[in-house]
Amino acid sequence: MSRVGVGGRIPVILTIIVSLMLMVMPLPDSVEPFRPDWVALTLIYWAMMMPRTWSVGIAWIVGIVLDVAQGTILGQHALALCFIVFVTVRFHLLMRVFPMQQLTATVFAILSMYQFVLFWINGVAGIDVAPVVYWGPVITGTLFWPIVVMLLRGVRLHIQHGS
Amino acid sequence: MVASRTDSSNPARIPALGIRVLVLLVVSIILMVLDHKQDHLGAVRKTIGAVVYPLQIVVDAPFRLWDWVRGSTTDRNEMQLELSRLQAERLLTNARLQRLSALEAENARLRDLLEARNQVRDEVRVAEIMAVDANPYRHNIVIDAGESENAYDGQALVDADGVIGQIIETGLTTSQAMLISDPSHSLPVEVNRNGLRTIANGTGDFGRLDLPFITNNADIRPGDLLVTSGLGGAFPAGYPVAVVDTVNRIPQEPFADVTAIPAASLDQVREVMLIWSASELADE
Repeated sequence: MSRVGVGGRIPVILTIIVSLMLMVMPLPDSVEPFRPDWVALTLIYWAMMMPRTWSVGIAWIVGIVLDVAQGTILGQHALALCFIVFVTVRFHLLMRVFPMQQLTATVFAILSMYQFVLFWINGVAGIDVAPVVYWGPVITGTLFWPIVVMLLRGVRLHIQHGS
Repeated sequence: MVASRTDSSNPARIPALGIRVLVLLVVSIILMVLDHKQDHLGAVRKTIGAVVYPLQIVVDAPFRLWDWVRGSTTDRNEMQLELSRLQAERLLTNARLQRLSALEAENARLRDLLEARNQVRDEVRVAEIMAVDANPYRHNIVIDAGESENAYDGQALVDADGVIGQIIETGLTTSQAMLISDPSHSLPVEVNRNGLRTIANGTGDFGRLDLPFITNNADIRPGDLLVTSGLGGAFPAGYPVAVVDTVNRIPQEPFADVTAIPAASLDQVREVMLIWSASELADE
């Protein structure tokens, strides 16, 4: 079960690509600050469930792609994603046995750390941003987490039982 | 518990996780320093940008499809109306253009008399704004023209009403552009009425620019048109930028508090024009 073949990786990569697309999809300006961090949520889920295959390396690569797609400082999202995925992998056993409310609370904490790293890098680089840009995604991301889990669990069960 | 152990994952058994994280974090920090301080990573960004491009196309596709569907199913009456409106508009613009070409000829003649350098006309190409959101921390847009169309960093973007922004990063077939409303954008302008030169800063608000360096006794009033002065080098001279909105003279401060409304509606544009200024063309 832990050894997932190449066939099992493609669905996961697809979910990551979809999450990247959701990140660059246009939203009305009023909703824009509340776009959940789809990439972060997806990576947290896979790092929690399959930490041997999906861990910090992939998070870093995805982060670099996200940096280029959004034109942020190269390495900003890479560092932040790498960091939260590391935290997730460290505690993945614990997180797996958490009931949903507790898991959601943990994800809230992880997303806050993620935004804090981004905030900190922006601060060092001298980029000034409205506070809502930071806490908006944390709140919506936490609210969407149960849905993300539901969808990705479907993908995971398909991989693990299909192959 | 036993089940979850066989499932892989005693954290200690994930090979060298700590070291890998450390290396990646250090690499990220080096990248950020290189990118932010020296801007050495243009080539790297372009290479990865080629990977991102298909994603942007896919995201953009439904919006284009919607535009197309809406365009091709418009009511015949509406089309007729639109057509007559456009024809009337064309007539008007043509009439104005005739005067413009006469003026341009006269201007060239006068410049000849003064032995000044002739102002060559700028080259223009239309690009579309892609339905893709760029940097969440900035007022950026993505347009569908890149190096393959000879776009270059710092190139000016305008629309029918005025200046929109400038390209900050060219990819192969797309580019990122910064709007003039971005808080870190400054633009050398002059008052069209009397040639008073100053700087227009973005504020982060699509509908407002700041003019921080206007002295209290300067001759400027609400309704004045600001045009690019061409002094910064990036923007060709003479394009409308904004209209002065409020002038608030504060006696005890050295500078007046002046705001202006951008001439172009920055949050509504779909098409932009890239400008190759005459001097840039001459360099090539």
